[in-house]
Amino acid sequence: MIPLEYYLVLSGILFALGFYGVLARRSAILILIAVELMLAAVSLNFVAFASYMDAELFTGVIFAIFVITIAAAEVGLALGIVLRIFRERRSANVDEASSLKW
Amino acid sequence: MDSIGVIIGFYALAGLTVGAALLVFLVRNLLHAVLALVLAFLGMSGLFITLSADFIAMAQILIYAGAIPVLLVFAVMLTPHASRDNANSLFAPGGLLIGLGFAALFVFVAMATVWPVLDVETLHVQSFAGTVRTIGAALLGDYLLAFELASVLLLAAFVGAVALVREDEA
Repeated sequence: MIPLEYYLVLSGILFALGFYGVLARRSAILILIAVELMLAAVSLNFVAFASYMDAELFTGVIFAIFVITIAAAEVGLALGIVLRIFRERRSANVDEASSLKW
Repeated sequence: MDSIGVIIGFYALAGLTVGAALLVFLVRNLLHAVLALVLAFLGMSGLFITLSADFIAMAQILIYAGAIPVLLVFAVMLTPHASRDNANSLFAPGGLLIGLGFAALFVFVAMATVWPVLDVETLHVQSFAGTVRTIGAALLGDYLLAFELASVLLLAAFVGAVALVREDEA
């Protein structure tokens, strides 16, 4: 069967891809997409650990459920903020929302 | 769990997921990036099925591949004159470097650590027994406080999103 390490490497690669997206993109919506990718990679990691190490209790699966819940809450709220910023300054780029910068 | 189909499925789904995740950052149009994200999440839910986590796979399809892309498409459509250009980036070389560094670190840690995995016999016994009953009992048993807190969090996020997006009447 497939070793646990393969799942860990896969989720690590997905997390790193999301991390690159968060660092490198200007559009706030793309940054949100990258954050979703990172959260999903983390939940893949949790589920892999749960099914290889914790066969009775599924603690990692419970964690993955909460990760999915928080991802849903986060994307709803963050898109509200994006729409608000767009309404204020006709742009959804994160580097232009700089009025809190002193 | 040991069959050749699972192994083929793992490699196919892993390739699909990583390819779609790369496509998210390679396509030019923001809407195409959202579609590639849906594809990546669908591949990831297939990977959950190869881990015999059926409930998480379904939840992944419903929320990650269903609800979140709808919200993202709404956000793209409601910001009509914003930049749709995916290639518009700020710290691309540095981000690429740090991302590659993270990937190398994760691969090194995953390969170098000796994980205390269960033996194959135990995994075979529990393979695909159906996880929903165990998850439900755990959510309303040991994790009841976290479950209730999650519902409060969702309510707060919902009210906050409505308050943020609402037009000012004054």
